[in-house]
Amino acid sequence: MHPASRALRRAVAAATVALLATAVGCAPQPEDKASATPSGSAAKSCAKGELATRTSGKLTIATDEPAYEPWFKDDKPANGKGFESAVAYAVAKRLGYDTSAVLWQSVPFNKAFAPGVKTFDFDINQVSISTERKKAVDFSSGYYDVRQAVIALKGGKAAAAKSIADLKNLKLGAQVGTTSLDYITDVVKPKQEAAVYAKNDQAKSALKNGQVDAVVTDLPTAFYITAAEVTNAKIVGQFENQGGTPEQFGLVLDKGSALTSCVTGAVDALRKDGTLAKIEKQWLSDAVDAPVLK
Amino acid sequence: MTVTKGESTPQGADDEGDMTGGARGGAPVADDGYVPSERRLERERYKRARARRATAIAALSTLVTAAVLYLVVVDAPGWPRTKETFFSAQYAREAFPKVLEGLWLNVRLLLVCGAAVLILGMLIAVARTLRGPVFFPLRVLAAAYTDFFRGLPLIINLMIVVLGVPALRLQGVTVDPVLLGGTALTLTYSAYVAEVFRAGIESIHPSQRAAARSLGLTNRQALRHVVLPQAVRRQVPPLLNDLVSLQKDTGLVSIGGAVDAVRAADIIVGRSLNYTPYIVAGLVFVALTIPMTRFTDWVTARMDRQRAQGGSI
Repeated sequence: MHPASRALRRAVAAATVALLATAVGCAPQPEDKASATPSGSAAKSCAKGELATRTSGKLTIATDEPAYEPWFKDDKPANGKGFESAVAYAVAKRLGYDTSAVLWQSVPFNKAFAPGVKTFDFDINQVSISTERKKAVDFSSGYYDVRQAVIALKGGKAAAAKSIADLKNLKLGAQVGTTSLDYITDVVKPKQEAAVYAKNDQAKSALKNGQVDAVVTDLPTAFYITAAEVTNAKIVGQFENQGGTPEQFGLVLDKGSALTSCVTGAVDALRKDGTLAKIEKQWLSDAVDAPVLK
Repeated sequence: MTVTKGESTPQGADDEGDMTGGARGGAPVADDGYVPSERRLERERYKRARARRATAIAALSTLVTAAVLYLVVVDAPGWPRTKETFFSAQYAREAFPKVLEGLWLNVRLLLVCGAAVLILGMLIAVARTLRGPVFFPLRVLAAAYTDFFRGLPLIINLMIVVLGVPALRLQGVTVDPVLLGGTALTLTYSAYVAEVFRAGIESIHPSQRAAARSLGLTNRQALRHVVLPQAVRRQVPPLLNDLVSLQKDTGLVSIGGAVDAVRAADIIVGRSLNYTPYIVAGLVFVALTIPMTRFTDWVTARMDRQRAQGGSI
């Protein structure tokens, strides 16, 4: 037996033991067994300002960067301007956290629903609630009833469309991961494959460049784009809600988060006392009168 | 795995296949009357024993590693949710056909851009290695081209070409994002490939060119018949490397709204908030790359054999 090989063997044995110890011993702190349904038991009280947040005494709210108008203003979520910024602060206040106790965090859409420990308490990023998505994250109740709209260049092929059938032969575009895209594929069912963009910015460029005939976005965004960004475009019309239930944006929380019921309660209360309607009127004032495409 | 048959007696004839590939020992009868010595038999037995031991240790350490990895992953507190989010059979089934549909775009781009890149890259490389003062501007242009497009991040190149060129509203210039994206890919990759070719051309010993010229070949003939054939042969492995890389980068044309394999996965991920489609797309790409890698290895091995036989030119 050579001394060298003995030393090696010892090293291997030691490494093995260490590895096994790692596997068994140093497992990260287990998650509290997340139940599929947010529990609203009295044990988890929604005491004002004393929720089980990421940072005690602070409320961490996430959104994507850049933060788009009219949901946020000047790409600064913390300034309280823009619809979603205002809603976030209203919810925070309702939960007992004033402006100074709110921390903002930039989290990309795709990262907001990754499993693993969340770095934020809730995410506000125009995420539509759906049963499918509820398998991956918790949602608060809806804070905004959203409709989808079609934008096209004035005088372009799509500008004169009066119905969904008029859109079938056009090249349509939308942002990936949005319900706008679902409306194209499920409702319009165009003959050409839809153009799918990573961001609405690219969809806007494509519309300007004539690479697509029309772009589908949510109605407030459509109003903002036609008013401020692509001024030679117009809103052709809006879609009716599919399946009778209005599509709603919800706040995104970690699956099984202890805060879900409290946040939902806060949103419901804001809806009840008219705060949501007031904020909507302030920031999304005229987003109502677009012809409905049948 | 070897099967140990317990202790074999020192004189026992050993008819087992010998793992070390050593001499055929053991049988004391041979045509030339050669009888392996006791010492030699002993040495072979020792070698076989060492080989068995090595195999056993390797197997054990593999098992231990596998067990540790398994325990780390499956015992992790977040495993059930990770499994549901990344390895959901339902979403894999849904994503697979859509991803394959998108992959067809990747493959078409690979074939067309690959051919264009080879031709353009070769032209640029030749332009850079032309001799004579009259070609100075051509050499400078080719050098500037490779410097610029090798340095420019591909994603920015794509942005400019796919979203910027249509904004110029040039008559007769396409606005199709796939064509524009393919153009951007060709620009970047032909710069890479031009450098590969140039290195190949310059790696051919000057004596080859000198010999060709002394036989009365013109500069062009020497390049065409003597230098380039050797250079290209030498450059096959790095070229295939660039081809595999191009294959993966074809997906970036989705910037312009085209739906490739990864974007097809993206669409389902965005709707469902489940990452499984990404895994499916990743595996599909790997499956596409493996044959190419094997082909690369085969070509390289074949060339090495040829070179070993002195069949280089």
